[in-house]
Amino acid sequence: MVSIAEHTPAPGRAGGGRLAWAFVERQTNLWKRYWAWELVWLMYGVVNTLAITFIAKQVGNEGAASSINVSKLILFLLIGTLVWAYLSAVLDDISLVVTWERWEGTIEHTLMAPVPRALHLIGMSVFGVLHAVVRTLLIFAIAVPFFSIDFGGANWLTAAVVLAAGSFSIAGLAILAGVLPLLYPERGAQMSFMVQALVLLVSGVYYQVSVLPGWLQVFSYVSPATYILDGIRGGIIDGKSVADTWRTLAALGVFGTVLIPLGIVTFMVAEQWAKKTGKLKRQG
Amino acid sequence: MLDELPLRAAGVAKTFGGGFDYGRLLPWRRDGHAPEPPRRVVDDVSFEIRRREIFGVIGANGSGKSTLIRIISTLLLPDAGEVRIFGLDVVRDTMRVRALINRVSADPSFFRNMNALENLLFFGKVYGLSGRDVREQSPRVLARLGLDWEQALEPMSHLSRGQQQKVAVARALLTSPVLMLLDEPTTGLDPRSKRDVQSFVREVREEHDATILLTTHDMEEAELLCDRIAFLSGGRIVAEGTPVELRRTIAAGRPLDEITMETVFMELTGRSVEEDEEPREVLAHG
Repeated sequence: MVSIAEHTPAPGRAGGGRLAWAFVERQTNLWKRYWAWELVWLMYGVVNTLAITFIAKQVGNEGAASSINVSKLILFLLIGTLVWAYLSAVLDDISLVVTWERWEGTIEHTLMAPVPRALHLIGMSVFGVLHAVVRTLLIFAIAVPFFSIDFGGANWLTAAVVLAAGSFSIAGLAILAGVLPLLYPERGAQMSFMVQALVLLVSGVYYQVSVLPGWLQVFSYVSPATYILDGIRGGIIDGKSVADTWRTLAALGVFGTVLIPLGIVTFMVAEQWAKKTGKLKRQG
Repeated sequence: MLDELPLRAAGVAKTFGGGFDYGRLLPWRRDGHAPEPPRRVVDDVSFEIRRREIFGVIGANGSGKSTLIRIISTLLLPDAGEVRIFGLDVVRDTMRVRALINRVSADPSFFRNMNALENLLFFGKVYGLSGRDVREQSPRVLARLGLDWEQALEPMSHLSRGQQQKVAVARALLTSPVLMLLDEPTTGLDPRSKRDVQSFVREVREEHDATILLTTHDMEEAELLCDRIAFLSGGRIVAEGTPVELRRTIAAGRPLDEITMETVFMELTGRSVEEDEEPREVLAHG
């Protein structure tokens, strides 16, 4: 019989990156197995993008705006729907981290693994972002041919940099929303969707924030999605450079710096509470 | 420095419910919404498990076995007492404890649309194994449990309950736990799968130098596998010892081989192990 001190537990041999990547690989495997659902969500994303962007064409047909303004409106709505498809995919993937495990029945085995919760959540966030990028690019590729859009003046680099910077803050927000299913096993997932709905309302996805009542506009300032949409529209519609959007990038940097640690710490506190009240069980 | 004692539980207690119900702050929930009464599920439980021992905890459904396993697995916080795994506190040294243990529960708990290998890869990697380690070790472990490699490439949902449970045992073993927690691992299995899992449990102890905590309500299984047994009833340990020692406590002159473990359990707990238990409500001043 060897001494217990001679046992080298396996986690001692793995780096943090490898532990986090295990979640990315697992989600990719699940994504492949649930390909039919992925197809449904892709179709929904395409239909939603087309249905909303066609509203701009209707405005042009009724002569309510000049052709230049109609082109801008098409681009405004197209960017809004695509960015929302991206943000909602990230929010879904990360905020349902607990709900998904409960549904599969694996919550106890996953949460008792010797992986720091921060690495678990970072792994899920990385997958959420990669998954959302692929889905949004596909929606973009399918939807764009329906409209005659001139992307000649678009600054794609600015759009990409804003999206990358904004993804950190959205991941942080999603981790915060993911606390709800941990605290409320039966209704938490619906509560997470309410968070998404509020972000959709106040962030200027389909309209300028300025059309909102004054008291509601206040909330747009604390939604990172507002800045992501502003920055991407600035890059693609107005051709702004990365340097021109430094204020937006700085705001997103602050959001990311605050929301990711806040999300992780809040999740860990909620997990302790769930361990105290027995809510980590499969059935809650 | 790790202690050599695999598990020491001292005065462990857990109560569910009975806290302040915030829902009652809502005017429409003040009437007709009785608050959940506190239920004592584990009550002052103390025991020790020695190196390479198979220690059985026997109790009816609702006796507190799974709650006890969840506390040891770091998934539940005890209200009182402490559990130490090789000297490490399950509450304060959670991550180090998790690296030393693994668990097989009655419900195999897998990603059902992923195949067995994908599940083993994920659960192996979160315990720090490389993909190569898992791919190398899995065929041997699964073959020992009577599973073909082709079955490892089938989605879990296509496997029978017994096959899923064998993959669950393989998952636990891949991570080389020094303390294995087996929470009713043979419940619902066909006789053949049950025998396979039971012989594998013994093999794990012999060949992998593991210590095993087994909860069950199957007396035959407990006698077959366990070096020592504790009877859990109403969240309390009412008796503890080797099967022979437990028989002696009620023998009163009768030959020991005429006394079944079921009889011992009934005489010591006042109930059958097949009877479901309701957790005891905790009295306001009790």
